[in-house]
Amino acid sequence: MDQIQSPAVRVRGLRKAYGGVTAVDGIDLDIARGETLALLGPNGAGKSTTIEILEGYRRRSSGEVSVLGADPATGGRAWRAELGIVLQSAPETGLYTVREQLRQFAGYSPHPRDVDEVIAAVGLERKAGTRISKLSGGQRRRVDVALGIIGRPQLLFLDEPTTGFDPEARREFWGLIEQLKAEGTTILLTTHYLDEAAQLGDRAAVILDGRIVAEGAIDQLGGRAARVPIVRWRDASGARREQRTERPAELVAALAADAEAAGDGRDGEPAELEVIRPSLEDVYLELVSAASAPAETPGVSSAPTPTPTATPEEARA
Amino acid sequence: MSAVTAQPAADRAGAARLPGVLATGLRRMTYEVRGYFRSPDTVFFTFLFPLVMLGIFTAAFSSAGEIAPGPGTEGVSVGAYYLPGMLAAGVLLSGVQGLAVDIAGEKGDGTLKRLGGTPLSPVSYFIGKLGQVFVTGVLQAALLLLVSATVFGVALPTSGEAWLTFAWVFVLGTVASALLGIALSSVPRSSRSATAVVVPIVLVLQFISGVYLQFSALPEWMQNLASLFPLKWMAQGMRAAFLPEDFAVLEQHGSWDLGWVAVWLLAWLVIGLVVSRLTFRWIRRDA
Repeated sequence: MDQIQSPAVRVRGLRKAYGGVTAVDGIDLDIARGETLALLGPNGAGKSTTIEILEGYRRRSSGEVSVLGADPATGGRAWRAELGIVLQSAPETGLYTVREQLRQFAGYSPHPRDVDEVIAAVGLERKAGTRISKLSGGQRRRVDVALGIIGRPQLLFLDEPTTGFDPEARREFWGLIEQLKAEGTTILLTTHYLDEAAQLGDRAAVILDGRIVAEGAIDQLGGRAARVPIVRWRDASGARREQRTERPAELVAALAADAEAAGDGRDGEPAELEVIRPSLEDVYLELVSAASAPAETPGVSSAPTPTPTATPEEARA
Repeated sequence: MSAVTAQPAADRAGAARLPGVLATGLRRMTYEVRGYFRSPDTVFFTFLFPLVMLGIFTAAFSSAGEIAPGPGTEGVSVGAYYLPGMLAAGVLLSGVQGLAVDIAGEKGDGTLKRLGGTPLSPVSYFIGKLGQVFVTGVLQAALLLLVSATVFGVALPTSGEAWLTFAWVFVLGTVASALLGIALSSVPRSSRSATAVVVPIVLVLQFISGVYLQFSALPEWMQNLASLFPLKWMAQGMRAAFLPEDFAVLEQHGSWDLGWVAVWLLAWLVIGLVVSRLTFRWIRRDA
C-alpha cells in the first residue's frame, strides 16, 4: 500500500473559522514518517486548533488533511490506535494509581507497550503504586506522557509536554523522546521551550496568525539572513554596540586592533565582547516580532527583516 | 471487512486486533467501581444516602406507631413502609444522579477528551458506566435490606414471587436510571453546575413520587404529575414486592398495576437510550 510511503501527516490549504474569526488560514504541512516536527508559535496563533484538527477533535472548515492515510474527521478506532495524544491540559482527577491508570489505557490498544517498562521510561517506578492525585505537577505530566505512549503509537502528538518539569526532568524526557524517535515514531511537538524544539525537532514550522510563516530544518529556519552571526561589544565611549556580520572573526580582529590603537590600557580587549550565532530562539523571536510590527501588511514575507550587515570598516566608523 | 488495508498497523508483527468492545467494557466496569468507592462524596450522597434517610424516618416516626392501609387491617412498621421507597430512591440516585454528575465532571475535567483520543469505543465506556451503576446499586440495595432486617426489624418477604418482582423492577429501573443519567449529563454546561442541575430534579422527584411522603396522602394532581416520571413507578413496583397485599388499595388505582410499572420503566429506558445516543460526545464539538 502507498500508506507506507505516504507522509504521516499531509495538510493542504487547511482553514478553520469559528463564527467570523479565522483561526487557521490556509496551512500546508507535511510530516514524513519517523520525523519529528516542532510546531512553534505564540499562544493564539492557531497551533492548538491545527493540532486538534489533526487529532480528530475538531472539524476543519476547508482543506485537505490526511493523518496516517486517513481523514481525521472520519478516522475509526483502528486509526486511533495508531495515535498517541498528550494534551496540553490533562484531567485533574486522580482516583487511580499510576499503574492502574496505565493498565487501563493499555487495555484499549491492540499493541500496548509493557506497563512497567513505560513506568520506568518516564521515571515513576517509585510512584507506580501512588494515586495520581498525590503526585506533583511534574510527575502528573509524566503520567500524561506515559498514557500517550502506552499504546505504542506510530504518530505521537506532544502538546507542551514538559510544562512544569524541572531542568533535570526535562533532560530525562528528552532522552525518552530520542528513544521513541529511534524506534521510528513520528512526532508532532509543540513547545514554548525553543531549546527543546531545537534538541528534539528534525524540522520546525512557525505559525503566526493562522499561517505558517517559516518552515525548515532546525538549523536553517528563517533562512540565511536570520542566521548571520551577531557581534556585541561596548565601545570606547561605553555604548553598547551590536553588528551582524558573515565574517565575525574579521570584525573582532578589527575591533581588537582599534582598542589597542586607542591605547586605553585594555591590551586591545574590547569590553564585553561576544560573538553570537542566532539560536532557534533568536530566529523565532525575530520572526514573531517582524510579523507583529504594526506597519506590516498581510502577505508578510517569510524571512525576518534582516539587520543590514555591515563590513568591519563601516562598523568602526 | 478489509481488515488488512484498513489497519495501518498491519505491517507490524502479528497484525494486532483491537480489544473487544464487551471485554473492554467489563474491564472499565471494575475500574469504575473502584473509582466510585474512592470518591467520598459519591459514597455518601449516592451510596449511603437512602440508608441515612431510612434511619432518620424510622427514628423520627416510629413513635407514631404502625402504618396500616385502612381501619381494621394489619399495619407495618414505619421502617417497613419506607423501605420500598428508599430502595427505589437508591436506584434513581445511583443511576440518574450518580452518572449525570460523574459524566458531566469527566467532561469538564478533560477525562472524556482524553478517552476520545484513544481507541476506546463509546459503547465500552457505556458498558462500564452501566456496570458500575448496576454493581453499586446491588450493593446499595443489599446493604439497605440487611440493615432494615437486622437494625430496623423489618420483616422481609418470604415468597419467591415478591423477590422476582423486586428483581425485575430493580433491573429495569437501574438500566433506565443509568441511561437517563447519561442523557442528563449533557445538560449542565460545566462540571460545577452539574450538581446544581441534577440534585434538585432528583430531590423533587423523591418528594412527589412517594419516597419521603406517603404517596396516597398526596393530592391527585401531584400523583398524576409524578406518574409521568419513572421514580413513581419504581417505588410502586418496590411497594408491590415488599408491602402486604392489603396495601394495594392505597395505590392510585387500588392495585399494584405491575404491567404499567413495566411499560413506564421500559418507555423511560428507551427515551434514555435514544437521548444518550444522540447527545453523547467525547467533547463538546464546535461547529
